[in-house]
Amino acid sequence: MTSTGGKPLKQIHLAAHFPGVNNTTVWSDPRSGSHIEFDSFRRFAQTAESALFDFLFLAEGLRLREQNGLIYDLDVVGRPDTFTVLAALAAVTDRLGLAGTINSTFNEPYEVARQFATLDHLSAGRAAWNVVTSWDAFTGENFRRGGYLPQNQRYERARSFLHATQELFDSWHGDEIAGEKNTGEFLSVPRPGRFSIHDAFFDIEGQFNVPRSPQGRPVIFQAGDSDEGREFAAAEADAIFSRHGTKEAGQAFYADVKGRMAKYGRDRDQLKVLPAATFVLGDTDAEARELADIVRHQQVSGQTAIRMLEQLWNRDLSGYDPDGPLPGIDPDLGEHTVARGRAGVRTHRDPLATAREWRELSATKGYSIRELIIHVTGRQNFVGSPRAVADAIDDLVQSDAADGFILVPHITPDGLGEFADKVVPLLQQKGVFRTEYTGSTLREHLGLHPLATAERTREEAAA
Amino acid sequence: MASRSQIHLAAALDGAGWHPAAWREPEGAPAAGLLSAGYWLDQVRTAQAGLLDFVTIEDGFPLQSDDFAELDERTDRVRGRLDASLIAARVAPLTRNIGLVPTVTTTHTEPFHVSKTIATLDYASTGRAGWRAQVGASGHPEAALFGRRNLPRIRAADLAGPEAQARFRELFDEAADHVEVVRRLWDSWEDDAEIREAATGRFIDRDKLHYIDFEGRHFSVRGPSITPRPPQGQPPVVALAHATVPYAFAARSADIVLVTPAGPEAIAPIVGEIRAAQNAAGRGGESLLVFGEFVVFLDEDPAAAIARKERLDEAAGTPYRSDAAVFAGSPDALADELALWAQAGLDGFRLRPGTVPHDLDAIAFGLVPALQARGLFRRAYESATLRGNLGLPRPANRHTAATPA
Repeated sequence: MTSTGGKPLKQIHLAAHFPGVNNTTVWSDPRSGSHIEFDSFRRFAQTAESALFDFLFLAEGLRLREQNGLIYDLDVVGRPDTFTVLAALAAVTDRLGLAGTINSTFNEPYEVARQFATLDHLSAGRAAWNVVTSWDAFTGENFRRGGYLPQNQRYERARSFLHATQELFDSWHGDEIAGEKNTGEFLSVPRPGRFSIHDAFFDIEGQFNVPRSPQGRPVIFQAGDSDEGREFAAAEADAIFSRHGTKEAGQAFYADVKGRMAKYGRDRDQLKVLPAATFVLGDTDAEARELADIVRHQQVSGQTAIRMLEQLWNRDLSGYDPDGPLPGIDPDLGEHTVARGRAGVRTHRDPLATAREWRELSATKGYSIRELIIHVTGRQNFVGSPRAVADAIDDLVQSDAADGFILVPHITPDGLGEFADKVVPLLQQKGVFRTEYTGSTLREHLGLHPLATAERTREEAAA
Repeated sequence: MASRSQIHLAAALDGAGWHPAAWREPEGAPAAGLLSAGYWLDQVRTAQAGLLDFVTIEDGFPLQSDDFAELDERTDRVRGRLDASLIAARVAPLTRNIGLVPTVTTTHTEPFHVSKTIATLDYASTGRAGWRAQVGASGHPEAALFGRRNLPRIRAADLAGPEAQARFRELFDEAADHVEVVRRLWDSWEDDAEIREAATGRFIDRDKLHYIDFEGRHFSVRGPSITPRPPQGQPPVVALAHATVPYAFAARSADIVLVTPAGPEAIAPIVGEIRAAQNAAGRGGESLLVFGEFVVFLDEDPAAAIARKERLDEAAGTPYRSDAAVFAGSPDALADELALWAQAGLDGFRLRPGTVPHDLDAIAFGLVPALQARGLFRRAYESATLRGNLGLPRPANRHTAATPA
């Protein structure tokens, strides 16, 4: 099928994120389910798979969030271990990709490579890895070395870590297991899986003990907006999570990241740009907007607003009234942060400038603290009738602002169902979303080239 | 609680079976199948059909080797394996009642990760997780995979020597600390910490979350866990032990110790040593089950079992040797043997099938009925949880126990 312009329609990729421990989830809604019982994850995954989504995505937890020295209690707290849940979900799904965030700081390449290769075997080729960095001593307090990694080395370590795991994944070529019962030849070659990695971060060698998995390596995701992050994705990743849901910002990001790929010898279509997207559906656009406003107020209570303000102001603001004006004092620019353990704890690059913007906005619109926070912490990406949402998604993909979206419902697990039931069929009718899985691995769902076979790697080694 | 005369049974799953030539059996899985989900699910379902208390799944970081401390160059043995905790998670949603006990080493892993892995397995299996805590005893080759610490090469010939013994004591001390951290993290959330209290906007009652603040030689861990208290409270910890140092570790840290007496006369002294170590560790009042280990080759006709084992030895090129007692005979005769050993002081047995599926089927469908006929084994699962089937009560959280009523 082609559009009227004659260009073939881009196929949309859709994924589902089971959110973790931030204020996206409206846990006070009676429809909101458990964030720890396996049944919640099973229902979520099966909904995504019935709707033919490319994959499901889970984040990672390394330390409970704190603010002002106390464990943060306003949002969902408590989550399962990522690898373990994904492996269990492989049992109750058949085609759905299984993507998890695993950090490169408080882990070792050998162990992580084993776990991803195992997940790929046990899911018959559906594993994916969102590579993230961590660096702070706060998180390090739960691990053997404590906070050992300087912040400015975190991307270097991540790159080294990823390359080390790739060597491990490739250490078995895929033809070592002969399995000849009659002759007793289990291995076709002795000493399989040999590796030797010696760089600034890793000094490891030996033989890897997991044979090559169906995809060869897990699909690699990356989420980074900085220049270094974009370069990393252009060089290494198969998909990039982005925060740019609007058309102009999305197109700029898309063009920039994909423009960096050629120098690595990579085709543009081998990196999928997939922004995270929240949504609120209604029978009409007006109804959806009303519902969206209600959800925003549920997500940002007065207490939550104060806590979020503290994340910029970097001070204890408990004395302030959420229905009152913003603080007159300036943010504290010190090294110590009142909010700890959040992935985005340093998202404000210029706190003084942001504080000024917020004060101005507040003054112009007459916003209280709570209303201001509701305004600036982002509206839902897609608000409208199913038709309007489908059209918006399609437009963003066809205009190269994205290659698809990772949907994040505010009610889990059941909030995904409405999107699956009402929006997906419209995308299928437009001819821009699959009506069946044509492949069985995640690489196939994402349209990624298969990795070199064992034969090719031997040929290359011989050349 | 199970009747005192009844025994507990576990099956030890490893590759194609414990005999090195097991993979060559025609009725066994093809080699590539050893890495498939279906193969592992079939084994666990067989064990479940046999009403076994649990399965263990072997694992280790180094590639398998016939040599204790070095990798070998053999091409006639099973090489390559999957992470055991993920195998356990993969089969959890599709199995019931039977415990899932992966082996996870204590030597190079982060206790924080292990704690949430086993807790999550407990959630995914609705209360059937356990953990076989194992030290990475091979020293240098395993340490080189991580590059974080220098461990010496320990050759088999040196195992009894003072340097190796000192090294083992350190590894087991670390293991005891590791288990302690994991247990504290399992208790770091009280059972009712999640309150979802809309009126005050609080998802949790933070007073019911506890920092563990563990400080030890090998690691310090702050806590709390990111994962709420497991359904079983404390998933059972299993330890394999052959000698004084590991007995002491098991006595301090485990809920089940697997021991390797050569015959029934060896049982009383072993159990005596373990109970003494248990008392010395201040755990005298607690339940520590003692299981005996057997490798089993089972056929209705005992001569066939012996002949089969000899054929396998021939194929392997060397007679089969094990740290455990080896039994080749009929399920009925094994039932008599287990009854004898149980009377000598054991609570149960972990059986290592010589080949899969043959000997695992024989355990589930030959041995179990023979034990049931003698009134020595359950005829139905008593409980949906592993602790329940082991007769172990669900422990109160150490923090709630400390709070006066």
